[in-house]
Amino acid sequence: MGFTKTTNPAGVAILHVEGQLIVGNRQELKTMVQDGLDRGERKFLIDCSQTAYIDSSGLGALVTLSKKVREVQGELRMAGLNEDLRALFELTKLDSLFPISPTVEDALASF
Amino acid sequence: MQPHAAPLRLTVRRSRSSVGSAVAVSLTVPADVRFVEEAVELMARHCLSGLAPGQRIGFRVRVLLAEALTNSILFGADGNPARTVRLAAELTDHAIRLQVTDDGPGFDPEVIPDPTAPGGVSKSIGRGLFLIRSLADQVEFNEQGNTIWMTLQRS
Repeated sequence: MGFTKTTNPAGVAILHVEGQLIVGNRQELKTMVQDGLDRGERKFLIDCSQTAYIDSSGLGALVTLSKKVREVQGELRMAGLNEDLRALFELTKLDSLFPISPTVEDALASF
Repeated sequence: MQPHAAPLRLTVRRSRSSVGSAVAVSLTVPADVRFVEEAVELMARHCLSGLAPGQRIGFRVRVLLAEALTNSILFGADGNPARTVRLAAELTDHAIRLQVTDDGPGFDPEVIPDPTAPGGVSKSIGRGLFLIRSLADQVEFNEQGNTIWMTLQRS
């Protein structure tokens, strides 16, 4: 459970969220994205295909990251949300803030 | 990262009456957010065990527990690991009733702004109680505002 990062040949940083994104581990994800930004990365994909649940702290961390990435003219997309996670984003209207793709492949094709 | 402390211990009581069976589960958690993941899993596993709940109720139970526990740790107990937060659940044939109590002064749930209102969506904070109200079938507070009950119907 945790986060792993891969980079595709086009330079998109893919952050895989395994398990949950909650108050106890959100800082780790924020640090991973910030480190990428510091290295010059500008395209980020959050892969939720192995994510069990996200709480409001995790949603807040994603909002913060989205702002940080946009500030440097970067792009942050989400993909692989299950039905429950998708409903969570719709309930909170965060689906208006993040481009959300059904699969990682779909998202990578959108960058 | 797991906190270095004694493992969390769950207390389980079972009862049976003419109206059906019931299980009461409780857990005391140090007020440290590093315990949230483990505490939620322990409670959720017992709330959902043997009852073949669908994925949706499992998701709701976990998010509700995580939200209420985090709120109590951060705002009720000021994130002070010397203080504790108590989780409890009453499990009947028809419902799961979750309870979270802290030793803080409590808060007024009516003054929390709607995070989906204009300007709220782009904020990083303020979604916890909204999620609780959206995902639970019934939400109640005690008068002081330091205990919350969240009920989910099984069907």
